[in-house]
Amino acid sequence: MTTMDKVWERIKLARSQDRPTATKLIKTMFPDFLELHGDRLYGDDAAIIGGVATFNDIPVTIIAEEKGTDTNDKLKHNFGMPHPEGYRKALRLMKQAEKFSRPIITIIDTPGAYPGLGAEERGQAGAIAQNLKDLMVLKTPIIVVVLGEGGSGGALAIGIGDQILMFENAIYSILSPEGFASILFKDATRAKEAAHLMKLTADDLKSFGVIDDIILEGKGLNTNPETGFNNLKKSMTKHLNKLMKTPLDTLLKNRYNKFKQMGEYEESVINNEQLTD
Amino acid sequence: MNHLLDERKKRLSKFHELIKKRPIETTPVDIPDGVFTQCEQCNSAIYNKDLENNYDVCPYCSYHFKINAVKRLKYTLDDNTFKPLFENITSKNPLGMPEYEEKLEKGMRMSKMNEAFLAGTGNIDGQRLAIGVLDSFFMMGSMGSVVGERITRLIEYAAKNDLPLVIFSASGGARMQEGILSLMQMAKTSGALNLLDQKGLVYISVMTNPTTGGVAASFASLGDINIAERSSLIGFAGARVIKQTIGQDLPLGFQTDVFQLQKGQVDLVVLRSHMKKTLSYLLKIHSKEVRS
Repeated sequence: MTTMDKVWERIKLARSQDRPTATKLIKTMFPDFLELHGDRLYGDDAAIIGGVATFNDIPVTIIAEEKGTDTNDKLKHNFGMPHPEGYRKALRLMKQAEKFSRPIITIIDTPGAYPGLGAEERGQAGAIAQNLKDLMVLKTPIIVVVLGEGGSGGALAIGIGDQILMFENAIYSILSPEGFASILFKDATRAKEAAHLMKLTADDLKSFGVIDDIILEGKGLNTNPETGFNNLKKSMTKHLNKLMKTPLDTLLKNRYNKFKQMGEYEESVINNEQLTD
Repeated sequence: MNHLLDERKKRLSKFHELIKKRPIETTPVDIPDGVFTQCEQCNSAIYNKDLENNYDVCPYCSYHFKINAVKRLKYTLDDNTFKPLFENITSKNPLGMPEYEEKLEKGMRMSKMNEAFLAGTGNIDGQRLAIGVLDSFFMMGSMGSVVGERITRLIEYAAKNDLPLVIFSASGGARMQEGILSLMQMAKTSGALNLLDQKGLVYISVMTNPTTGGVAASFASLGDINIAERSSLIGFAGARVIKQTIGQDLPLGFQTDVFQLQKGQVDLVVLRSHMKKTLSYLLKIHSKEVRS
């Protein structure tokens, strides 16, 4: 199997019908989860689930993108593609978590933010942007888990945190491989080639410093979710203990610096004129 | 009735024949390139000098032409007050994407800049500010690592030096060639804006044509004041994608500056000819001297 084939296999696993969605993860790991609804402005977007639960006896807030399982369920959850009200609900619940010093766990699994008429009318761009800004300074620990598909801005809008974990066979990218292929090659059918170039696997993202840890899936989350969920639980326990002991100002400074260092560029020697102002 | 119609038909065909036979009495005049520009909206031929004297706005239909970053600064800042910053930060090809280097070179040729974002300081009616301009002639003003880093440093610079900040956006969104690293620039730039909140400094975001995708969904939407320039396309998803998703035609005027105003996403729509005046007023209102 070539590297290109391997990447494509991962994408198929990440998107597969049999991959557990957020609801399954929540049921397994947070059996006392209580869902809380609505953005208090417009409606309740089922593409994002939010609520409270306990984790190792600690109260936590959970925000998760839910794709749905069967056809009806998928329609109900809009295939995990949130509208602005979904992101605003997420922000409302995360600010609630901040007030009560509850750590936040977000679960990413979306093809992307919904590209529709209503979404544009209600300010999709502004809703995502506001989350990016506000999450950066939210005064409580945030752990981000990439479960299946991390689709662009729609994923990032709940993806700012102190520790970013990603399942072994999950993907996280700026655009779908199909969309990327239609831009790069003007041919959406060359998605497999595009996917290989995009560097969207957990290993790639770890090497860029975009994620912190890879959660191993054992035989694979799709067929045997117990191993992966157990590994996630271990990792979350370890990180949460550490983050909760970190003083808030250090936590926020680290969070800012973590995202600040993302990106690669050349920097030539600065001239003195620019330094003095 | 039919008789009348036949008669008309005959006369028309005769008329057409006459026209065909008539010799062309005018001789075409040679117009050198670069004297006239055709308006992209109303198709009028505009004398270039007129266009330039009118802020690159069509004098017939008020269509605002796209302008590059240098021209933007000329229309916005007091003469000779601009001092560039962070030009020493330049792009590499972190994903090893084919043809990226060529695209960067082409962008440099088209825009005469070394990246899509020009940052610096300058004055508007004597009021000093940090200013940044995206240039759509450089790879559609797309945001990769360099654009994200320059914007973040400009925000940090403004916070550190107690300066108000104005950013003009003109961008198709995140830069595909740098993949996930481009996406993360949205987080980085948006997060940095908190520094201005902490210091009580104003950030005015001006969305120009076009402001879409990852730029619209990050710093461009986060101004204390969001201004849309007239004739701008502003939105998150591309119109073609939305059309495919919903399977129906989009309403007239969708994702325009006026649309964003009506939907409550921007504070005001401003003509280019009024932009400097408007910014000057807003800077004054928000200056620490006036507030205290």
